[in-house]
Amino acid sequence: MHIGIDVGGTNTDAVLMDGTAVLAGVKQSTTPDVTSGIVSAIEELRRGHPFEGAQVTAVMIGTTHFINALVQARRLAPTAALRLGLPATRALPPLIDWPQPLREAIRARSYLAHGGYEFDGRPISPLDPEELKRHAVDMAANGVRSVAISSVFSPVNHDLEVEAAAIVAGELGPDVAISLSHEIGRIGLLERENATIINAALRELASEIVDGLTSAVRSHGIDAPIFLSQNDGTLMDEDYVRLYPVATFASGPTNSMRGAAVTSGLETCAVVDVGGTTADIGLLVNGFPRETTTEVTVAGIRTNFRMPDVLSIGIGGGSLVDTATNEVGPESVGYRLTSDALVFGGSTLTATDIAVAAGRADIGDADLVRHLDRAMVGAVLDRIAERISEAVDRMRTSAAPIPVVAVGGGSILLPDELPIFGAVHRPENYAVANAIGASIAQVGGEIDKIYAVEPGRRDAILDEVRQEAVDKAIAAGAKPRSVSIVDFDEVPIPYLPGNATRIRAKAVGDLDMGQ
Amino acid sequence: MSWTLTAADLPDLARGATLLGTGGGGDPYIGRMLVERVLGDRGITILDPDEIADDLFVIPTAQMGAPTVMIEKIPAGTEPTLALRTLEEHLGRTADATMPIECGGINSMIPLVVAAETGLPVVDADGMGRAFPELSMETFAVYGVHGSPLALAGERGERVIIDTGDDDRQMEWLARGITIRLGGVGHIAEYAMTGADVRRTAIPRTLSMALELGRAIRLARERKTSPFDAIAETLSTTLYSHLRELFVGKVSDVERRTTEGFAKGRAVISPLDPASGDTFELQFQNENLIALRNGACVAIVPDLICVVDEETAEPITTEGLRYGQRVRVLGISTPDMMRTPEALAAFGPGAFGLSEEFVPVEHVDRADVPA
Repeated sequence: MHIGIDVGGTNTDAVLMDGTAVLAGVKQSTTPDVTSGIVSAIEELRRGHPFEGAQVTAVMIGTTHFINALVQARRLAPTAALRLGLPATRALPPLIDWPQPLREAIRARSYLAHGGYEFDGRPISPLDPEELKRHAVDMAANGVRSVAISSVFSPVNHDLEVEAAAIVAGELGPDVAISLSHEIGRIGLLERENATIINAALRELASEIVDGLTSAVRSHGIDAPIFLSQNDGTLMDEDYVRLYPVATFASGPTNSMRGAAVTSGLETCAVVDVGGTTADIGLLVNGFPRETTTEVTVAGIRTNFRMPDVLSIGIGGGSLVDTATNEVGPESVGYRLTSDALVFGGSTLTATDIAVAAGRADIGDADLVRHLDRAMVGAVLDRIAERISEAVDRMRTSAAPIPVVAVGGGSILLPDELPIFGAVHRPENYAVANAIGASIAQVGGEIDKIYAVEPGRRDAILDEVRQEAVDKAIAAGAKPRSVSIVDFDEVPIPYLPGNATRIRAKAVGDLDMGQ
Repeated sequence: MSWTLTAADLPDLARGATLLGTGGGGDPYIGRMLVERVLGDRGITILDPDEIADDLFVIPTAQMGAPTVMIEKIPAGTEPTLALRTLEEHLGRTADATMPIECGGINSMIPLVVAAETGLPVVDADGMGRAFPELSMETFAVYGVHGSPLALAGERGERVIIDTGDDDRQMEWLARGITIRLGGVGHIAEYAMTGADVRRTAIPRTLSMALELGRAIRLARERKTSPFDAIAETLSTTLYSHLRELFVGKVSDVERRTTEGFAKGRAVISPLDPASGDTFELQFQNENLIALRNGACVAIVPDLICVVDEETAEPITTEGLRYGQRVRVLGISTPDMMRTPEALAAFGPGAFGLSEEFVPVEHVDRADVPA
């Protein structure tokens, strides 16, 4: 058996699974330290279905911590973006297209320096170590703790990023985290750089979270490997998360959509996942999340990840309610729901209080919200339904009717009927759909190598690379019949002889749990 | 009619210009940010070609190079205006206006950068009516206005004047060589002409058409109506009046290489229903050149071959094509002045080394096109 855990900003959900069968499912409050919430969630699972630590073969964890940190602009490290490319690229320096509040939240410092390559491998200008040292001194003076380094055409040749990292690290010392753009993104300087800056801003939080997750699981005598879900639904190990937290970025929507598909049995539907802080709306088409086609904007920042096309709006169970306007969010009490919300004896009016007052849910002490004005409660819920409907309507691409599936603990905010869309489907285990999604693990095999593509051999080489990726996924534990190629990219490297081409392929399949 | 363009118009213009880029012309997003950076909350005067004075002196401005380079090596920002000033200095005459040479892709934006920086107005017309990979592929040249002298500027402040008389292909050849030496992107000022020349040789109102197309797609999405109907309706009143859906499918292979300063390659699109057995292939040199359905040509340059998102109609450039994308391929007819024998000699199939004859997209045998 294995355990799936979804750590949201408000709730920590856990499921004990045997294959795709749910043996037990629980919901706990997320705790500020993350750890104790997971500890108690696993305890609850044990209570529901006793097991020994040694019986658990894997623990899969999905977390929205990283994307929430960015959306709420909280707990981000003071970050510097250093780009090598002068005198080119000066017109649009790093962070140019970032929203001002986020720039402030990461206390962003933007630096341009000489370096970078032309498309054919000639240097744009030589690296200037003195210039980099000056920038590093300025970073230190401004309290920078994490640095994102990008260099023009680093997907083709990344040695200057590595060299610059050594110089910057030499000045700033080992405690400053450095993220390099060639390890994170592909061709497209601004998008790759943005993803790298996001990664840099999340590095400190990543270490904290991973430490918390690991100690929580180990405290239960579970020695099984711990994996985190990535954006594409595959898993990565804890060490990888410390370095590349951005890769877990969109795992929340992927997990909730995969969980909604499994629990509702619907292949084509809109999925509304209401957590404590946001409602995420995505489309499931023939069982797969619809992906974004071109650029992806996350918290107002343009990147080039492949991820499900999800619209997030600031409505969740922990959202603050403004009684003057009857609007909720985007601010949320988050994990403090069980202490701050009125139904839990707190003094903050949250969306959950409204749902309880309206009789939609039995959470906490309903007596504590009996005094709320009926008309206000009705108006707030109507407004939530209206905004969710509008968001689903924005996501659908034709006027054709589409079923709406609600998952997540916060979906108690939704009525049984939505304007425009009619009945809302609520699958069994809807509240822990994300944890189920995390537990239906997929594993991947990735190949990223430079090949000399001889004339007339391209098709044969591509077939070999694809097969190698498929074999790697199977070796990593994927069921052979479920494996398919999910990502493929080819970058010619004109400065190397023999039509050198960097080829990347990723194959993904369902994890074979064995029996 | 003349009108004022503001920063609020730029996202719609960028979307429309990407569609008219027919897969190439470079992603205008970077161009849009270059304009935003210098424009602020001011406006740019856009002049209707029918209303300009015969002796208005117009110097078009543009960027040249491989789109795959432009998304990676962003300009220093000083290049386009430096090119214009260099040509003015060489000619001993100052420009009254600038103009696009190419309404598709990033070159819809470069004259706006110059206009925002210098205060010059922009003429609502261009010489390609879409995007093309070479500087000689211009209705300007076809109808007697030549590109030389051309001024070229690089990010280090390099300036080059090329004067090849009336040999526009030689001008393209030399400028391309210098652009490769500059690292794959150069900024240029060329095809200096009068208002009377503009009326005789340019394709009118393509900047406003790009804006209207981008706006129509956005409004259709907002209203939940078909963006494809919106595109067809917008085009119906222009010189680009025929729209045809060529294929719907999933991108299954993209092969591209950067050679001689161009991004060349092909894309294979598989049918959504594999049982249909249909095949579809696009060949491109920066832009889509030919669409082959089951091996037969269903659209060919200079008609527009546009790849868009299957549902949202968001245009996708050849460098934005990715394995697995669901796309629709559209064929759009070009104005008559782009289909004359002289025009086809400059930018028809033969100019790209294709052996197929030009057949207007609206005349391709209907039986070969999906319903």
